[in-house]
Amino acid sequence: MSTPAGPDRGRTDRRSTVNRLSAENVTLAYDQRVIAEELSVEIPDHSFTVIVGPNACGKSTLLRALSRMLKPSRGRVLLDGQAIQSLPAKQVARTLGLLPQSSVAPDGITVADLVGRGRYPHQGLLRQWSAEDERVVRESMRQTGVAELAERYVDELSGGQRQRVWIAMALAQQTPLLLLDEPTTYLDIQHQIDVLDLCAELHEEQGRTLVAVLHDLNHAARYATHLVALKAGRVVAQGTPGEVVTAELVEEVFHLRCQVIDDPETGTPLVVPTARRARARVAATEAP
Amino acid sequence: MTTEVKRDEGRGRRGPRALRTPGGLSVRLDPRALVVVVLLLLAALGAGVVLIGTGDYPIPPGDVLRTLLGNGDPGQEFIVDELRLPRVLVGLLVGASLGLGGALFQAVSRNPLGSPDVLGLGQGATAGALTVIVLFSGDADAVTVGALVGGLVTGAAIYLLAWKRGVHGYRLVLVGIGVSAMATAVNGYLMTKADFVDAARALVWMTGTLDGRDWKQVWPLLVLFCVLVPLVLANARGLRMMEMGDDVSHALGVRVERVRMLLMVCAVLLTAAATAAAGPVSFVALTAPQLARRLTRSPGPNLVPSLCMGAALLVVADWASQRLFGDGQLPVGVVTGVLGGVYLLWLLVSERRAGRI
Repeated sequence: MSTPAGPDRGRTDRRSTVNRLSAENVTLAYDQRVIAEELSVEIPDHSFTVIVGPNACGKSTLLRALSRMLKPSRGRVLLDGQAIQSLPAKQVARTLGLLPQSSVAPDGITVADLVGRGRYPHQGLLRQWSAEDERVVRESMRQTGVAELAERYVDELSGGQRQRVWIAMALAQQTPLLLLDEPTTYLDIQHQIDVLDLCAELHEEQGRTLVAVLHDLNHAARYATHLVALKAGRVVAQGTPGEVVTAELVEEVFHLRCQVIDDPETGTPLVVPTARRARARVAATEAP
Repeated sequence: MTTEVKRDEGRGRRGPRALRTPGGLSVRLDPRALVVVVLLLLAALGAGVVLIGTGDYPIPPGDVLRTLLGNGDPGQEFIVDELRLPRVLVGLLVGASLGLGGALFQAVSRNPLGSPDVLGLGQGATAGALTVIVLFSGDADAVTVGALVGGLVTGAAIYLLAWKRGVHGYRLVLVGIGVSAMATAVNGYLMTKADFVDAARALVWMTGTLDGRDWKQVWPLLVLFCVLVPLVLANARGLRMMEMGDDVSHALGVRVERVRMLLMVCAVLLTAAATAAAGPVSFVALTAPQLARRLTRSPGPNLVPSLCMGAALLVVADWASQRLFGDGQLPVGVVTGVLGGVYLLWLLVSERRAGRI
């Protein structure tokens, strides 16, 4: 069952010793605007963790904090037991990769060149392009299915291809942990599935720990091995999709009445929103 | 130690190649950029030699080279080493500094318009120089210091106003235009306060000229150049990553704020020093990086090609101004201004076609 809603104060003393990445009682704020307070989240190793929640619940903010883009105003994010902000930038970049929500490809850059830039944290002033770099770039392009696009300009590609190229760049970074901020936004449905299948593959075949923010609850339920549901900067529930995605929880978090049925393809929970007419009927019968 | 040149597999066209040593060291070279740099360097130095030979007392290039190598006759030696060489060296250094400074500004702001000319660094340096000329009737050295201070203060002001929460290309350009307008107003006010002699002096300074530059201007520029260029190049790889936005470069382990701050300080210093030495030579900082980029056809800040392009542009413009209008008739800033203006219009039209502006 889902964990009960409420602040995680009872767990403040619990220190993670097993998982590589966690947030410990973090308060996240942009200037004075507080997004989340006393938030604690553990990312289980080798999981495909998906963070879900309504707009402005703080899910992207949490991801930014986990990837050290945003410094918590209180509390800390721990990577391998150490405060992430105190670790050397390149060392973190060899452990944890991030695919931001929107990225700009420089003008006139080729696919191979862009993917090659993912090797930056492994390079130095006198070690600019090793044979290993070359191998990893080729391998990353192969895994994401963009190898035959290597010589093409990134601006010429379709949205789906471009997203694969960015994922290839993040893969070339060779990090055991990979964070993705809404990797399916702006993509057609077939490209959304494409990207998610790719993520699942990376998770299953390479044992990478993936953390993604997703908008679509059904995608989250189908692909995640671990779900974190956020609402107004608090963790409302976490666990496997089967535990988390229930009709009650969807109503609590998203204010949406629905049925949850088994996905005929995968057996994972599938959210079917109640039709508007049915909602009106229900509302009429419930009215005093 | 043997080196092997290996073509990056999977990039058949014209991508960079890697030069590797058995010890595990490797350097990445783009053959096309390398050729462009060599040609631009030859053009800049060649134009420099021709320029030394140009003037009321013409000297053939062969004699110039002989004299530079220390085998000339005493008369030519005086003209070349004392009169004309420092002027050409100042031209090369100013052009190179402006080219590099412009490339840094444009790369950090991710906007071709984010160059020192548009941002008002030149106007700020002019305000400093005019203050010294008009209010204190200072000598040439004092004017140089005034221009340097003016440029640095303007750079700091733009940084504080535009960079508080990360750089946004157009925000930077707009803040720069605002600062530039303020500096222009100050300059206009100072000109109205100036008497006739000071006003004439100010006007010549404001156009940008290499006339009468001697070794006194060369040494400080050369020292600054030798300190800043290695510093900039050591951080160039981080800057290349920053082209992809702050988030991506941050994720790749670039210390974005530190690199940006450091490179901006270098760019402001280079531009201010160049302006202090030659006046606000217009548009070299804007055009050199764009021209260099079109020649190398490679993404990235193209720092070294921009540097060489700036040097070549300025010396060629100086030669053109002397050749076409006679020594001392037309300041080099007029030629670069005309060339740069035409280029800027072309840039705006083509960017507009590409749907970006």
